[in-house]
Amino acid sequence: MSVRFLTVVTTFLIGYFFLAPGIQLFGQDEEFKASKFVLEHIKDSHDWHILTTKQGKHVSVPLPIIVFSKHSGLNIFLSGKIAHGHNYKGFEMGHSTIMKTNKKGEEVEMSLEGKVVEVDGHGDLVAEGLPLDFSITKNVFMMFLSIVTLLVVFLGLARSYKKAGIKEPRGLQGFLEPLIVFVEDDIAKPNIGEGKHLKFMPYLLTVFFFILINNLMGLIPFFPFGANVTGNIAVTMVLALCTLVITTFSGNKEYWKHIFNMPGVPIWLAPIMIPVELLGVFTKPFALMIRLFANITAGHIIVISLVSMIFIFKSVFMAAPAMVMVVFMDMIELLVAFLQAYIFTLLSALFIGLAVPEHHHD
Amino acid sequence: MDLVTPGIGLLFWSTLFFLILLFVLGKFAWPSILIAIKTRNESIRRALDAADRAKEKMAMLKADNEKILAEAKAERDALLREAKQVKDMLIADAKEQATEEAKKLVQSARESIQTEKAAAINDMKTQMAILSVDIAEKILRAKLEDSKVQKELIDKLINETDLN
Repeated sequence: MSVRFLTVVTTFLIGYFFLAPGIQLFGQDEEFKASKFVLEHIKDSHDWHILTTKQGKHVSVPLPIIVFSKHSGLNIFLSGKIAHGHNYKGFEMGHSTIMKTNKKGEEVEMSLEGKVVEVDGHGDLVAEGLPLDFSITKNVFMMFLSIVTLLVVFLGLARSYKKAGIKEPRGLQGFLEPLIVFVEDDIAKPNIGEGKHLKFMPYLLTVFFFILINNLMGLIPFFPFGANVTGNIAVTMVLALCTLVITTFSGNKEYWKHIFNMPGVPIWLAPIMIPVELLGVFTKPFALMIRLFANITAGHIIVISLVSMIFIFKSVFMAAPAMVMVVFMDMIELLVAFLQAYIFTLLSALFIGLAVPEHHHD
Repeated sequence: MDLVTPGIGLLFWSTLFFLILLFVLGKFAWPSILIAIKTRNESIRRALDAADRAKEKMAMLKADNEKILAEAKAERDALLREAKQVKDMLIADAKEQATEEAKKLVQSARESIQTEKAAAINDMKTQMAILSVDIAEKILRAKLEDSKVQKELIDKLINETDLN
């Protein structure tokens, strides 16, 4: 009930949030590029753009930029210093494309859009190349927020469990407990096996709630939420790598036997089977990474595309049907937020379960 | 920042954040939460089991009570029957004894009457003998006033008496 209410409110806030720069765009007779608009949202960024005023002023929250370059070492400053083409200590936001030689020796075009670059006195890029960027970006910021929220919520929950003893769950406990029990009883136990699942419960619960809260926060369209964290390939890659590491390190003899000496497979098939099985070890987490990234990114793209329709049609009458569709999509995204957290956790449990099978082959 | 190229900064921060989260929650939150849930589930299961057992016990107690009641009834009936038998027997015994006693009493009375009667008859016989002798003496005295009659009588008596 309250979640639905929140979604409705959220949707109308999206409307307001994007309408403001939109109206301004009409005034300037500037061409509205939906694809650029959408991509800018779903990608990470160094500052948190909130709105553009009618006078063309950008209102954004500056975020710390932490860059490490071979040319000038470690530099920490706020993103406001290099916004709108400013240069700070040789750093500025990239805006062009450069030709770069890739590993195959081919010349490829690389966009510097949205990247922090270091330039020398003549305005050319320094010879040492792009600095290593460890900035607190929009995604890092929201991820930090989600981590703090999770820590507060679950440490508090642990304390309230200690205090309440065996009393019935109430409040937040009543909402979270079914999820925790669901992860244990319907994800971990059937896939890993009862008893053995206990060792992996902390990881599965953490990954479930981490994905869930970031999915949900990503649906809230105003500062400090709305960043596309779980739709970022780097984040999903880290999560998938965790599953890979856990699977590999907890794999028992049976698991490795299945990879290097599949029971019941003739020995002459080994040169084919072993590479296939080894590849399988990596494709499983790779699929996890792509699935979460693609699903969440796709959801964000659809919602923002629907909002963009108002500006593509340049008609305020488009706002009503667009809002209806956005509300509808947000409802679906709410489902997807839970679903993707569930699927990632379920498949992680499944892969872990495959790595610790019972001995039932002779 | 390209869509499908993971940025090093975000890789670094997400690894750091996620591992911190995993460590802190894994150490301080999940174990106590899971144990608490498990403990509660077990206590609920135990309580339900105990309730079931209590119910069974109640049913058993009820059956026991009924059995005891039936036994008590049966025992009471048996006791009553026995008491009646004893009573009947006692009455019969007493009757028999009384009859016998009465018989004995009658017998002894009869015997003593017999004895008394015999004694009385004997006494009467003696008295009569004495009276007869007295009367005879008086008669004789009157008759023997003269000597002739005396002589006749002596002779008659001597004659009557066989001297052999």
